[in-house]
Amino acid sequence: MAANIIVHGLVSSGIYALLAVGFSLIFGVARIINLSHTAFYMLAAYLIYSLASAAGLNLYLSIIIAIVIVIVVGTISYKLLIARVRHHEATTLIVTIAIAVIIQEALLKGFGGGPRSIPKLISGSIDIFGVTVLYQQFLTFGVVILLLLATWLFLMRTKSGVALRATAQDRDVANLMGINVPRMEMLTMAMSVGLAAIAGALVAPLSVLTPGMWAHPLVMILAVVVLGGLGSLQGSLIGALILGFAENLVIFLAPSGSFLKTSVALTIMLIVILIRPEGLFGIRFEEERG
Amino acid sequence: MSIPVAYITRALKLLRGEVFVLPSRTIVLLVGILLLIFPVFSQEPFILRVLILAAIFAIFAASWDLLSGFTGQINFGHALFFGVAAYTAALLNLNLGLAPWATIPIGAITAVVAGLIVGIPCLRLRGTYLAFATLAFPLILLGVVFAIPRISGGELGLQGIDPLSKSRVISYYIIIPSMIVLGFIMWKITDSNIGLIFHAIREDEVTARASGINTTRYKLLAFCLSGLFAGIAGGLYAHFVKAAGPSTLELLLSFQVIIWAVFGGIATIYGPIAGVLILYPLTEYVLTRYIAVASEAKTLIFAFIVLLVLLFMPQGLTTWLRDKTEKICPRCKLQNVAWRKKCRVCTAELD
Repeated sequence: MAANIIVHGLVSSGIYALLAVGFSLIFGVARIINLSHTAFYMLAAYLIYSLASAAGLNLYLSIIIAIVIVIVVGTISYKLLIARVRHHEATTLIVTIAIAVIIQEALLKGFGGGPRSIPKLISGSIDIFGVTVLYQQFLTFGVVILLLLATWLFLMRTKSGVALRATAQDRDVANLMGINVPRMEMLTMAMSVGLAAIAGALVAPLSVLTPGMWAHPLVMILAVVVLGGLGSLQGSLIGALILGFAENLVIFLAPSGSFLKTSVALTIMLIVILIRPEGLFGIRFEEERG
Repeated sequence: MSIPVAYITRALKLLRGEVFVLPSRTIVLLVGILLLIFPVFSQEPFILRVLILAAIFAIFAASWDLLSGFTGQINFGHALFFGVAAYTAALLNLNLGLAPWATIPIGAITAVVAGLIVGIPCLRLRGTYLAFATLAFPLILLGVVFAIPRISGGELGLQGIDPLSKSRVISYYIIIPSMIVLGFIMWKITDSNIGLIFHAIREDEVTARASGINTTRYKLLAFCLSGLFAGIAGGLYAHFVKAAGPSTLELLLSFQVIIWAVFGGIATIYGPIAGVLILYPLTEYVLTRYIAVASEAKTLIFAFIVLLVLLFMPQGLTTWLRDKTEKICPRCKLQNVAWRKKCRVCTAELD
């Protein structure tokens, strides 16, 4: 039981962390609440399904193609749709919801509402402490850790990363320092949807695909970023661990747990932000930064 | 002069002086009259059903606007008020046998309490944090609803509630006037001092507080008022569709109400009502009936319409129209038709 909770908790925390970091990045740099974030994750999963299972391409190749397509779609929709209305906060929300709904409906039309599944990248499993752990779960967790490390290194060690963080801190001053702010935003959007697409590729073999699969992770990453503090990367990571484990504890321990998992996770989020309104690692007076 | 004649002349004067001077108000009056006499032209149950649901959602969207549009406390979980009231009305009706005229007000009061429960903890939060915190409430309740199927009906919801009335036309004549009256009340609230304070809280809360306004109290008032109207809509909905199900608490409904309100134009009250009255019949009736769109494509078209309209009118449909057809007198701050040279009241030059 305990080992089961740890394995599933780590996998779902990893996925939430990957999604939440991407969501935080675009929120931090462009101040956009991208409610279509998990729709891109779903789009990637479906693209892999259609390329690998329907068109019969190699699985690795189809994953790469899917990620590229999602990045292109994401940046185009940012440039054409979101960037044009970003000064109206409420309108930005609606535009991103509309994008998510369009993706959902397009997938519903193309694939129907029935569940789909794709083969695992590496099959097989190993028994640890009496729990069957799929190799795919190992792979998922490993890739998540590698990607989070890479993102962190990019942000802290490279010139673009510094420019990106500068833009997040103060757009106007960053602009004055010669940073091309719109290009930084495009880069961030590409990174953000890219991370979402990779998360989709990692989740797709472990679960079934339905056109409604974006809603639950969206709620969870909103809770994660608020719990950890908006715009804070280590906050997103810790928040993802807390909520991912909370969900799996409830599923395995509580009666009718799969109904209550979201309730419990969201209650934890509420309690934390009622005690610390800026989240665990958030910056106080966050809205006073430009 | 006899009293009725005096009243009629006064009403006509009011109409000429306050309503016909602005095309927007004339349109509102015409739409209201048209909705009220609609059953004379057609009593097709399906059309009436679409219009009734549109009216219920119009109350709901306007109540979101009262809270989020005016005070700027973006509420991502507005479905909570709707769902709480719908479930309360349904439970009271099924278990205690109370009639709709009792269950709907009690449901609305429960929604006010829900407004307090959400509002008090959320007073410490701002902006994005507030939005995401409010998102959590209906979803937490939804999980509880699924976990206790014996009381809540689980996924199927509570079925077999008493209808508002046996005949659909009578239901129509209960709900449409309620929508008009409640919409007018909300507009009056926002047009009063309270509305002015709500505006002030949205624009700059610190300044509002510095001006001696107890912003905490007004924010709570906004949550309660919004809960009240949304609760009435929820109760009407439960009794009209004769069921209260999980769809009244879902994320989709919370998002839907924001879509309607922003599409219509926020911080106006009439904007969200117009948004629902345009979008809901369009997607539910016009597209499927006249343009023969397959019903699965209707959400897709809905999303495209919203996207296109907002790209060109980022502040919403009615706000865009209002800015095109009206301007505000620089001296007395009254609305004037854009093509007038002088203000209709104080004759100041309009720029």
